Amino acid sequence: MTTRSLRLFTLLAVLAGTAAPGALAQPRPLQVLADGSEIAFTTRQLGVPVEGRFTRFEARIALDPRRPETGSVGFTIDTGSARFGSPELDAEVPKPTWLDVARFPRARFRSTAIRSTGVGRFAVSGKLEIKGQAQDVVVPVQIAPAEGPGQASTASGSFTIRRLAFKVGEGEWTDTSMLADEVQVHFKLALAGLAPP
Amino acid sequence: MPPPSAARYTATAIALHWLLALMLTVSFGVGLYMHDLPFSLARLKLFNAHKWAGITILALSLLRLLWRLRHRPPPAPAMPAWQRRTAQATHGLLYLLFFAVPLAGWGYSSAAGFPVVLFGVLPLPDFVAPDRAVAATLKSLHGALAWSLAALALLHVAAALWHQFIGDDDLLQRMRPGPP
Repeated sequence: MTTRSLRLFTLLAVLAGTAAPGALAQPRPLQVLADGSEIAFTTRQLGVPVEGRFTRFEARIALDPRRPETGSVGFTIDTGSARFGSPELDAEVPKPTWLDVARFPRARFRSTAIRSTGVGRFAVSGKLEIKGQAQDVVVPVQIAPAEGPGQASTASGSFTIRRLAFKVGEGEWTDTSMLADEVQVHFKLALAGLAPP
Repeated sequence: MPPPSAARYTATAIALHWLLALMLTVSFGVGLYMHDLPFSLARLKLFNAHKWAGITILALSLLRLLWRLRHRPPPAPAMPAWQRRTAQATHGLLYLLFFAVPLAGWGYSSAAGFPVVLFGVLPLPDFVAPDRAVAATLKSLHGALAWSLAALALLHVAAALWHQFIGDDDLLQRMRPGPP
């Protein structure tokens, strides 16, 4: 690249950057850092809390905290990456009774609206699709700003879904006195590039 | 004064002995049966019942140990010194295993990511953090200790029967349930 074309490129990039804060433009996508990010969940079997997590997922997050309504959030989760403390559960959960990974290798979330609910707090409404079943959910998110330059911000939150609405746990496992219907999802995302509040 | 052979364990010691004998036998049998069951509601129920039984055994064993320390056992019938020493060693090891087996099981459960919730309502603390390698080790340990307990219990039963019916020293009347 010649010096001239490099200058032109820089100029275009700056113009594109300054154009972005226009009325309804999408904010720049943030970088979700694998290190420090996790999507985990807790189920209850006979009152026993059992933790699991998804080790592979992709997130596309565009958010300007000052104008959250312009943002969007999308997740694609590799259902085959659910991991528990015990190898027995790791082997069981991909089966058709549970997540049916062979037929439904991905779970998805797509936001439909984001609104502010307080300082650093947002409610992200959207559709959650697991095992081919889509449900409306509202996910509360709290964002802790980066503690210093070059540090990541942290978005975290938790919400409850009902596993039977997604047909997770079929046959004898629909007995919610043994395995609770409620599954608590909790997440933490390390975000780079979030505009300061 | 009654003859020494008439002396019996206290009613509390006798009750704890037979209750724990029953609970240990059933728990051992359930443990053997359930450990390779396929994932199912039945397996989940049995595992939880086994854990609740184990914690109950642990608590009753603590009570039993405290009782034993405050109440001297009745004198045993005359027997050779090696038999007396073997009986003492067996009893000592049995008491050790009454604690070690449930504790290893509890630790295994915690390490495998299943905290123990007693009777489905009372969450017990995890003294081992979830860790697969630790879980595998504690699982083997729990099994090996349970088998050791079973072997010692068999030895204990065989020795008691030998004393009663071949040694003919009426050893069992010290621990026999029912009125003196």
